[in-house]
Amino acid sequence: MTAVVELNQVTKKYPGGVAALRGVDLRVAHGELLAIVGPSGSGKSTLLHIVGTLDRPTAGTVAIAGHDVATLSDRRLSALRARHIGFVFQSFHLVAGASAQDNVAEGLLYSGLTRAGRRKRAAEALERVGLADRMHHRPHELSGGQRQRVAIARAVVGEPDLLLADEPTGALDSASGETVVQLLHDLNADGATIAVITHDSEIAGALPRQVRIRDGRVVEDTRAKPPKPTGPTGPTGPTGPTGPTGNEEQCQATD
Amino acid sequence: MPSDRLTPARLRPRDVLHVGSAGLRNRPMRVVLSALGIAIGIATMIAVVGISASSKTQLLRQLDELGTNMLKVAPGEDLFNGGTAKLPEQAPGMISRIAGVEHVGATGDLKPTVRRSEKIPESDTGGLAVKAAGEDLLKALRGTVGVGTWLNDANGRYPSVVLGNVAAERLGITTPGQQVLIGKRYFTVIGILDPLPLAPEIERSALVGWKAASTLLDFDGHPTQIYERSSDASVDTVHKLLARTAAPENPQNVKVSSPSAALQAKAATEGAFDNLLLGLGGVALLVGGVGVANTMIISVLERRHEIGLRRSLGATRGQIRIQFVTESLLLSGLGGLAGVVLGSAATYVFAVSGGMPWVVPPWAVGGGFAATLLIGSVAGLYPAVRAARLSPTLALQAG
Ligand SMILES: Nc1ncnc2c1ncn2[C@@H]1O[C@H](COP(=O)(O)OP(=O)(O)OP(=O)(O)O)[C@@H](O)[C@H]1O
Ligand SMILES: [Mg+2]
Repeated sequence: MTAVVELNQVTKKYPGGVAALRGVDLRVAHGELLAIVGPSGSGKSTLLHIVGTLDRPTAGTVAIAGHDVATLSDRRLSALRARHIGFVFQSFHLVAGASAQDNVAEGLLYSGLTRAGRRKRAAEALERVGLADRMHHRPHELSGGQRQRVAIARAVVGEPDLLLADEPTGALDSASGETVVQLLHDLNADGATIAVITHDSEIAGALPRQVRIRDGRVVEDTRAKPPKPTGPTGPTGPTGPTGPTGNEEQCQATD
Repeated sequence: MPSDRLTPARLRPRDVLHVGSAGLRNRPMRVVLSALGIAIGIATMIAVVGISASSKTQLLRQLDELGTNMLKVAPGEDLFNGGTAKLPEQAPGMISRIAGVEHVGATGDLKPTVRRSEKIPESDTGGLAVKAAGEDLLKALRGTVGVGTWLNDANGRYPSVVLGNVAAERLGITTPGQQVLIGKRYFTVIGILDPLPLAPEIERSALVGWKAASTLLDFDGHPTQIYERSSDASVDTVHKLLARTAAPENPQNVKVSSPSAALQAKAATEGAFDNLLLGLGGVALLVGGVGVANTMIISVLERRHEIGLRRSLGATRGQIRIQFVTESLLLSGLGGLAGVVLGSAATYVFAVSGGMPWVVPPWAVGGGFAATLLIGSVAGLYPAVRAARLSPTLALQAG
């Protein structure tokens, strides 16, 4: 099994002396769905920035989709993000005046596809997140959950090797949050590798793997036992490498 | 694992335009206000250049109609005897024999004054002169008769008179057949001339036939002005020969002038535009540029999240820079476009109300646009560089 993410002794010190990460080792294989959990200020977002190549570590090595980030220029890192990584943010960051389809198509803007090609694939991605009938709605005409699904469609429209989500349900009520989590499960079932930062232990517990961070260190890395029904579609593919240690099974709270 | 060579895809020109205009489409009012300065600057400059070009074209057209091939011969100071010299009676005939000369018209100043009636004192000339006129005068001047007829062999013997347009107006004569008093005698007006820009002195004269002048008004037959029209090619050679031909014995007493020279000089000064106004336009343009830069800086600050988002979607720093420089160029370009339209419209109003041709020189339009684009890229560069330097992690921060 090849790794999509491979962090080795990653340290991140912010100017001013805060060490947000202190020697993190993390390996994420293809098709995994993992939660990153931990108290506020523990370094989760910092970790996501580094995994997403939005920031570089102060020490240690980062390899994403087989590329050693340290050897890549800013230009090549941009290309890496365009091709291999999709992001979902707590506050959606949709363009206010543009339709759902155009917002999703923006996710392919830096991929080299033509406008027509981008729009076509955007329509397909919206269909995939269950918003085929909201194609021409603008963000203010959508509910919070629908907006986040548009943002997820934008993140996956380029079929990235890795989908990173920082508190994707943080701004949503529990019902909308559930549909979003369900969508992440479905995407993972179709083969996507996904890492989700969440405060919600219920959501985290429903994912096959949990990485717990405290004070910039990975303090716990647990995996659920292979196939467990995670939703109506059920998992088809990914069976993360079985975690030999601490095989805590959490109750599957989603349906 | 894909072992691809990570080269960023190029943005297509259409996509550059799309991302560059996205920020503007959402804030139309701000676009209008920040493009206004540039619009005013460009409009001022276009109008200044356009108005002077229109005036100049008007003058040049007039010159073309009037011709620059007419020379005027007049007696100068008599250096030996004092007073004004006299031209010989034969001078017009002699001049007409110079090679290249096409028409020769002469006038002779007469002492009597012209009045509407006896009720007006004889001393009140109203600035009008009475002159004897040769038949060829009108041709030499390229003048035309507005109403009535010009002097000819037949009517030139009788007490008939042709009035210049200014003279007719001052005397209150509008139609031929009316009478005016010249000296002690009534003359019948047989024609009124159209304006003569090259000979304003004829415009304010009452013209009497050469023969009638000598029989009825004691004219001594000496011409006071001779107007000579030659082919364009021979103007210079004719000019050199005129004094000697007109007065072979005293060529130093003869003044030769070119009436169109004054118009030409005027055309040249009209072509030079008002530098003060142009400078004001430049200042407005500069202020406009500062306004655009300011708008761009605010735009970058407001859109930190969008910039971070685009970076997370794979935009390179260069692509972020291009986006904001494009936005700045569009902003100033819109201002420039509005300025060109406004300036051209102002020129049009000025030209039409002054009866002039409407001329907006293409170089002024091109120069205005070039200035706009220069300002746009300079104003946009610093904000664009700042935008590109922003950390991509900004997008992930909530808010
Ligand atoms: N740009 C920065 N400059 C300096 N310090 C920073 C910066 N970003 C984060 N930090 C610090 O690094 C530490 C980790 O921050 P991080 O945002 O990764 O926490 P987090 O786990 O995401 O917290 P939360 O759950 O509240 O989002 C914190 O102490 C924070 O203050
Ligand atoms: Mg965080």
